[in-house]
Amino acid sequence: MSLLEIENLSISFGGVKAVDEVSFAVEEGSVYALIGPNGAGKSTIFNLLSRFYEPLSGNLNFAGNDLLGLEAKDIARLGIARTFQNLELFEHASVLQNLLVGRHVHNTQSWWRQVLFTGRVVEAELEHRAKVEEVIDFLELAHYRNQVISGLPYGVRKKVELARALCVEPKLLLLDEPSSGLNPEETEEMGYWIEDIRRDLNMTVILIEHDMSLVKEVSDRVLAIVNGKVVTEGSHSFVQSHPDVVSAYLGDVQ
Amino acid sequence: MLKFIERSFDMRILFKTNYNQDLNLAKHGGHRFWYGLLVLILFATPLMLDGYYIGEATRVLIYAMAGLGLMVLTGFTGQASLGHAAFLAIGAYTNAWFLAQGFSSLVALPMAALLSMIGGLLVAIPATRMSGIYLAIATLAFAIIVEDFAGHLTSITGGNRGMMVDVPMLFGYKIWQSWELYLFVLSILVIATLLVLNILRSPLGRAMIAVRDSEISSKALGVNPMKIKVFAFTVSAAITGLAGAFLAHYMLYLTPQIFGILLSIQLLLMIVLGGLGTVHGVFFGAVLIGVLETGISISKDVLPSSIGGLPGIEPFIFGVILISVIAFEPTGIYGRWIKIRSYMEFFPIYRRKSFKRQRAYLKTERLR
Repeated sequence: MSLLEIENLSISFGGVKAVDEVSFAVEEGSVYALIGPNGAGKSTIFNLLSRFYEPLSGNLNFAGNDLLGLEAKDIARLGIARTFQNLELFEHASVLQNLLVGRHVHNTQSWWRQVLFTGRVVEAELEHRAKVEEVIDFLELAHYRNQVISGLPYGVRKKVELARALCVEPKLLLLDEPSSGLNPEETEEMGYWIEDIRRDLNMTVILIEHDMSLVKEVSDRVLAIVNGKVVTEGSHSFVQSHPDVVSAYLGDVQ
Repeated sequence: MLKFIERSFDMRILFKTNYNQDLNLAKHGGHRFWYGLLVLILFATPLMLDGYYIGEATRVLIYAMAGLGLMVLTGFTGQASLGHAAFLAIGAYTNAWFLAQGFSSLVALPMAALLSMIGGLLVAIPATRMSGIYLAIATLAFAIIVEDFAGHLTSITGGNRGMMVDVPMLFGYKIWQSWELYLFVLSILVIATLLVLNILRSPLGRAMIAVRDSEISSKALGVNPMKIKVFAFTVSAAITGLAGAFLAHYMLYLTPQIFGILLSIQLLLMIVLGGLGTVHGVFFGAVLIGVLETGISISKDVLPSSIGGLPGIEPFIFGVILISVIAFEPTGIYGRWIKIRSYMEFFPIYRRKSFKRQRAYLKTERLR
């Protein structure tokens, strides 16, 4: 069985069918890419997976759990973490605090212990900190550790958001346009990290990406979506040369 | 000793060798020394002041406590409240009523906090579904309801004629002296501040900040914003209720009019002036408002009656200050202090641009 199975997923906003009968499955340990022109419904699929939107119909199954029976706040606990296309960081908190919020699902201390800040809480906090430091090392964020997000450049923020998702220690990582707004060097770096995340951290990755060289570099399978409908699915080279994909991106040949 | 004081003014480079250092409330020896000294001076203050000024100082402490409550909700969790005077009222009347029944402060104060907390819970349940201006209006409505209630519940509150407040009583000992009340308030305030600081350094506090800055991604990280907001409302109401209980002792006589909208706005003004989202800001704001109020009332006596007797001079001055703070220093007094401090620390190499605001990037508003 695949780690994530999506069947006949549909949602519409007003009269627009943003996602129309989309089905696909993601194997554990793979990197899966969603591509398609702007407005194709890629981010909407992520938001459906995060349970921010209620689908019209369809099934979402993650590692044997029916996601539709859960609320948005329960998704992370199952082991799904995500980043956002337009960055949703905690602007007025430090990088360290942002990453520690990523540990929230692993917090087991009762509220009154936290208010009194008992020895057990201290112990747990030190454990979370050690975990966060691993991620900081991994993504080379040590320099920014105590800086407040609102003072950081875009590329670093992007990295912090990825780091925050990694702190959840998810099984499945959803990356919404990891390379948007990054310069070519940073994009290349991002590619290496995605490889490392899959290989060293054993996470399954789904990414939405417009940079085809990055898609080619990291992904095992690619799903092309146009106007909410699946056009084709397969290896990178197969999808890229598919006539419908070409026409969606470049227009029809007269 | 002198060497030590001198050194704590210098630029300090902290070499951290242990994660525990980030968990400690006092980050280094300088912190321990200066905050310790501050608390000592505060406890010794009654020795240096006469009766009237001890009373004024007590009022500042009570403001600080109420501001601390509001800061938990508005500054750290991002939930605006225009109705915090309601919690002050609940705390004040509960405390006064229990004392009037002959209970000691050991019962009356916890009951004041508890009842106020229940009030907070009542507001929180609908309030977690609202945000921004709607929440502000809902809390405002709550405050008006409570004020009205206090006016009509004659058997308990004495209605619009008001009620006398007994002096606090601890272990059969009645606290008559103003310096005794001052020390009582100060001790509770120190404890409340420490508890709030604890919340802020634990997962709960981080979740509060997460809900404030981006509710959507806090959800995606497994935070339950509902729960966090309810928690913030109850903690905030409890602290503010305690402040209300002490306000009753400061006022000596309670009427519903004390707890009008102006008091709520004044509280909000206080934390914005001090610096939203910081515990320091609470105290800066409280001191500023307290000093201003005292200053205005003293200057009214000194100034010719054509100026000093003008009605509405107080709200006017507060309004002018609020507008200038929002226009020139949105981070409040504490934000300005941070800038001055780093100017001194980095003295020859400080750059004006150090605190220039970076551009804010677009957020996915439509997901809300």
